[in-house]
Amino acid sequence: MELFVNQILAGIATGAIYACMALAIVMIFQAIDHLNFAQGEMAMFSTFMAWQMIQWGVPYWGAFILTLIISFAGGVIIERVLFKPLAKAPVLTNVAGFIALFAIINSVAGLIWDFTIKQFPTPFGSSPFLGSQLISTHQVGMIGVTLGLLVALFLFFRYTRIGLAMRAAAAMPESARLVGINTGWMVALGWGMAAAIGAIAGILIAPVVFLEPNMMGGVLLYGFAAAVLGGLSSPFGAVLGGFLVGIFENLVGTYVPGVGNELKLPIALALIVTVLVVKPTGLMGHTVVKRV
Amino acid sequence: MSTLDDTSTPAKVDAPAAIAAKPASLAFGRWATIVTIIALIVAPLLVRNFVIFQLTMVMIYGIAVLALNILTGGSGQFSLGQSAFYALGAYTSGILMEHFGINYALTLPIAGAVCFAAGFLFGFPALRLSGIYLALATFALAVAMPQLLKLGVFEEWTGGVQGLVVTKPDAPFGLPMSQDMWLYYFVLLITFVIYLLSVNLLKSRSGRAMMAIRDNEIAASAMGVDISLYKTLAFGISAGITGVAGGLGAIAVQFVAPDSYTFQLAIALFLGMVVGGVGWLPGSFAGAAFIVFVPNIAEGISKGLSGAFFGVLLFVVIYLVPHGARQGAIYAETLFNKLRRS
Repeated sequence: MELFVNQILAGIATGAIYACMALAIVMIFQAIDHLNFAQGEMAMFSTFMAWQMIQWGVPYWGAFILTLIISFAGGVIIERVLFKPLAKAPVLTNVAGFIALFAIINSVAGLIWDFTIKQFPTPFGSSPFLGSQLISTHQVGMIGVTLGLLVALFLFFRYTRIGLAMRAAAAMPESARLVGINTGWMVALGWGMAAAIGAIAGILIAPVVFLEPNMMGGVLLYGFAAAVLGGLSSPFGAVLGGFLVGIFENLVGTYVPGVGNELKLPIALALIVTVLVVKPTGLMGHTVVKRV
Repeated sequence: MSTLDDTSTPAKVDAPAAIAAKPASLAFGRWATIVTIIALIVAPLLVRNFVIFQLTMVMIYGIAVLALNILTGGSGQFSLGQSAFYALGAYTSGILMEHFGINYALTLPIAGAVCFAAGFLFGFPALRLSGIYLALATFALAVAMPQLLKLGVFEEWTGGVQGLVVTKPDAPFGLPMSQDMWLYYFVLLITFVIYLLSVNLLKSRSGRAMMAIRDNEIAASAMGVDISLYKTLAFGISAGITGVAGGLGAIAVQFVAPDSYTFQLAIALFLGMVVGGVGWLPGSFAGAAFIVFVPNIAEGISKGLSGAFFGVLLFVVIYLVPHGARQGAIYAETLFNKLRRS
């Protein structure tokens, strides 16, 4: 029983990483209706910027805030410069654009900061939390920040004018334009917010997985899986999905015999596919009613 | 976009694309076909062995992209899992050749059949999913495949992490050509056959049923199209063709190993489809040429920044022709007709 509880705790700890990433993915999905494959790389780049600032002697929280601002601006600029011209292109062409962006950011980060692993500081400390070896204070801090972010986003989308406008622009672009919403800028804003949330995710994840240009590869996969499992239309679902995937993965690794690290991911994905087959829009997603 | 299309069909290039609905002016189409066929037959006589090998790979990836095109452009289902079927085909061919001593040409139909069955079966759970969710499910398949191939249970057959070495076939009947050149012509023949079959498939009753599903599933089912049958069938056919490409790939590269068939391969095939033009079959080979040659070009510009240059080149292509090579072909056609008239 104790093993079981411990594995669940460890699952929640890793799940928090996925939840962060899934939240960023869902954010951008709500704004632009596409899955952004370059999301992880954008987060990685932001994290490197934060690291660089800390190296230059900027205090942690100063670097944190600065990174968020730069990432937000960067997200808006990427949308304006690279993806606005593709707004009318087919969806799959946009996806190809994301892959191109992925390749560019990964390669540039590798050139600037090379591929050696770097330590990233944590503001929460890394001592064991409440005497448990499996979950550290940093991971608890990470869970706290994720939940805080979730609440903030919920309030933003539910109670502010601009949040409402963003939802409208994503759900029904044409009607939104007719009532005077500048949908183009709403999309850019969505990119900016997704980049900033990605930056938070990256900065929180970096102390756990270490900093290097490919750090997001695995995390992004789990983040996607979590987002889809939870339902892409629901930030709450994304966070829930993140924790579930984390717990799944740990339990499978512990209790199913013959499953090494290698098979954890395929099995977790298989479980998710099974869930999707039963519930095709994810756990918390809304069913989209299509007009014929 | 093109004035030519407007006369016969409402030019709706925005849709995943109209495969059968492209009544190219006969003259241009015929000339393009003749020139392409002659170029393909003559090419290996003029270039080095390594380039012949690259051209062979272009055709092999072209077949795989074509298969994805039938699935996505034809039936409107999206797959990131093509690398799994490619791997299955490659391993089927490799194992049959090395463990059972079966002739390489005979392993290809078997690889195709095995993959068809696998794809058909995978099509059933995929029926429930669409769009992003289907992408994730197929993606899971792509991620799982290399890990499954590494499993100890199959090691006797698959060679585990080490993979299998496959013998390269010699030219038959004592023909005086190098192995690479023979393989080129062999692949060319198969490509040609598969291409013709695919074009005919999409023009047939089944092809029209698939496209009806792509355009409007509910309307199609109201017209009496068996949605589940044609969707799973599309998956099966696509997987089967990919399997043949995988088998050819194994023979050409002379080596199969789990890590050659990762998710990156699925991404590459996807890019090939987009660059070639979704739903336009000849574009598959243009797209395949892109995924074979452009990474090399990018590497040539700068070693350290090859990824960045690849990304930039990809952006350039999708800015210039958001609808892929298909758009380029339409430009060329318009130009050709202008020249002829003047």
